[in-house]
Amino acid sequence: MDTNQYLEMFLDESREHLQTCNEYLLELEKNPEDLTIVNEIFRSAHTLKGMSATMGYEDIANLTHIMENVLDAIRNEDLQVTAEMLDVVFESVSYLDEMVQDIEAGGTGEKDVTAIVAQLNKIEKGEPLDAEGGDEVAATVVEEEASLAYDDFEMTVISQSFDQGFNVYEITVRLREDCILKAARVFMVFEILENAGDVIKSVPSVDKLEEEAFEREFAVVLITKEEEEVLQTKISKVSEVDYVEVTAVSEENLKADKRKQEEEIVQTVKKQEVAQKDSKKEKPNRPAQNQAANRTIRVNIERLDILMNLFEELMIDRGRLQSISTELHNPDLTETVERITRVSGDLQNIILNMRMIPVETVFNRFPTMVRQLVREMDKKVNLEIIGAETELDRTVIDEIGDPLVHLIRNALDHGIEMPEERLAKGKPEVGTVKLSAYHSGNHVFIELEDDGAGVNRERVLSKAIENGLVEEEEADSLTNRQVAELILASGFSTAETVSDVSGRGVGLDVVRTTIESLGGHISIDSTEGEGSLFQVQLPLTLSIISVMLVELAKEVYAIPLSSIIETAIVHSSDILNAHSQRVIDFRGNIIPLLDLKEIFELEDGEAHSDDEYHSIVIVRKGDKLAGLVVDSFIGQQEIVLKGLGDYLTNVFAISGATILGDGQVALIVDCNSLIK
Amino acid sequence: MTENAQQAIKKVIVFELSDKEYAIEIDVVQGIERIMGITRVPGTPSYVKGVINLRGIVTPVIDLRERFGLEKKELDESTRIIVVSLETYDVGLIVDTANDIIDVPLQAIEAQPEVVGSVSSEFIAGVAKVENRLFVLLELEKVLEPINRVESV
Repeated sequence: MDTNQYLEMFLDESREHLQTCNEYLLELEKNPEDLTIVNEIFRSAHTLKGMSATMGYEDIANLTHIMENVLDAIRNEDLQVTAEMLDVVFESVSYLDEMVQDIEAGGTGEKDVTAIVAQLNKIEKGEPLDAEGGDEVAATVVEEEASLAYDDFEMTVISQSFDQGFNVYEITVRLREDCILKAARVFMVFEILENAGDVIKSVPSVDKLEEEAFEREFAVVLITKEEEEVLQTKISKVSEVDYVEVTAVSEENLKADKRKQEEEIVQTVKKQEVAQKDSKKEKPNRPAQNQAANRTIRVNIERLDILMNLFEELMIDRGRLQSISTELHNPDLTETVERITRVSGDLQNIILNMRMIPVETVFNRFPTMVRQLVREMDKKVNLEIIGAETELDRTVIDEIGDPLVHLIRNALDHGIEMPEERLAKGKPEVGTVKLSAYHSGNHVFIELEDDGAGVNRERVLSKAIENGLVEEEEADSLTNRQVAELILASGFSTAETVSDVSGRGVGLDVVRTTIESLGGHISIDSTEGEGSLFQVQLPLTLSIISVMLVELAKEVYAIPLSSIIETAIVHSSDILNAHSQRVIDFRGNIIPLLDLKEIFELEDGEAHSDDEYHSIVIVRKGDKLAGLVVDSFIGQQEIVLKGLGDYLTNVFAISGATILGDGQVALIVDCNSLIK
Repeated sequence: MTENAQQAIKKVIVFELSDKEYAIEIDVVQGIERIMGITRVPGTPSYVKGVINLRGIVTPVIDLRERFGLEKKELDESTRIIVVSLETYDVGLIVDTANDIIDVPLQAIEAQPEVVGSVSSEFIAGVAKVENRLFVLLELEKVLEPINRVESV
């Protein structure tokens, strides 16, 4: 079957199901008694198994299958949820995740799962993961023997054999613990048995025995004319066989068995009834959910991108119509253009909203990640997530994941202290890391707050001086916030020992660079001994932005409103000179003035020197401000952001271009590169 | 026409730069435009005239005369912008006029002679002679090497 066309769908759905598994597993960890959660996990695992088997990803199917067995056992209350068990299940899910990612990257999705499958097998049989705890093993053995029950067909065969004078034996064989080629030994045993008579049943089944999907022991039922002792010696001669037990089956105990079995069946039926009752209780909620699900559709993201592009073109033409109508002064035209403007405004909102995805899609992988990291580091941390439903443009979402991972790792590694240390400081043993997201104006804020050690001023300063980021003299004059922000500077890592969690050479400056390239901003607030707060500010969308259009010697430039603090007109006498730099006093702050015409290689208009008033746009990058000198302000406008293409890359202080209402291209000023 | 004869022909667009005829393969040409408003991009080499709005796509344009170090000429009615599409980007080429599409038999194309006018030889892929006309075939990859200037100010 050609499965390629379904691949995308398979990947999408697999990711969703794995995510569900992860979420519910975390839930289950908190409420180990709640079997409805297990049901949910089971359902996801089951679907995943079906899908992967159809797509021909055997390893995924195998692993989910055995995982399903464990979950089933939990569901039927044969197994108790334990921390070790969850660890293994978590690990299996992350294995599955890796395999799905491999497939996504064009791989085969194959992975050696035997180790984890063996562990799951052990769990399923109720055996402890370590070698200890012998009595539980014994319990399993008993159970297994009991499970050598016969169905009606086998019963008939056996009773016929008795009639014809055959002996029926139950033979239990145990292999040595260090046995390597289990399948080979099984084969040898079977060969002996089959020479002697007919094997009518084996536990586990022959298939499983061949796949070595059993621990050390297996049992078979043999119909033969040979004697017990002969069989016993013959099988014992196979090497690496630890123990052989041959018991004759008599008609009486066969009947006793049957009765017992019937009782068991009655019990299972009862259990099932109970389970059904349980599920009936849940039912009333379902139909409503289904209806809600039917009202959403899946749309390929590429189509949305195309829609966005088309809309951008419409926006440009709208701008053009607007400028034509202002020239023509035709009331009908003006009215129509106004209508178009309103409608397209609404359309813009809808299209932008369609591209919005809840940050949940990024956040939801963090609980598992934190859980794992915390275990590795022997720390105790509680991750709180607030505002996961906050929506962000897809383009931003795609980029924000890695920086956040970095920040979280940083908080866990450098922020939260070891439990003993926390207790000694009088803090609660379990640290708290709070990840929250919320909207504010045209921005989305993502905050990461921890109640850990905070930024150690002394250590950061000495490191910064050592790396030449700060002069020794100015160190004392820096505020705590300024010191804290040093850790975002490039070439910085304060961890005393390099761990593999964070501090692998790439510092938090990578985080800052990524966020700034998204038009965002990161700040840090920290109190030593009490914790740190990282705040990431991001634009809602990257494709349509608000700008202030300014004129420079007849050329039009756009300055993003997100960088503008305010505009001002200052008198020549207010401009001061500090060294060779012109500065102004802006509300008590001395800020440098940058002449955009100089930067953009424009001839200084003759008006410049004798003009007494200067138009200035005050922009910021983080805490730093600067005033950009322009000829005049044109006004504020929503524009569609366009790139300059691959031919012109890295143009200084220009982040892109846009098309104005008159069809001309205007360049967008990149304030971040103007302020050092 | 036989298969072979078909393969042996190259369709080219012919344009003029200071009275010399040049040619580029038609496959890479997206269109020929009249001159339109060009927005200067600061901090780029002088032959990069700026960017134009090509039906909603911001496209850089370069002046081929300046690129080849020929004398400058005012833009006029006959000036054209030939938009060519390379692997990852489109660029507009400002030329004096562009007026012809012709078929050039492959055997008419020769490797570049020692000296062809004043155009630097690395930009030239070859020379074609068709019915007493001589065309210089351009090596566009070289002419349009991306401009990757690190921060200059």
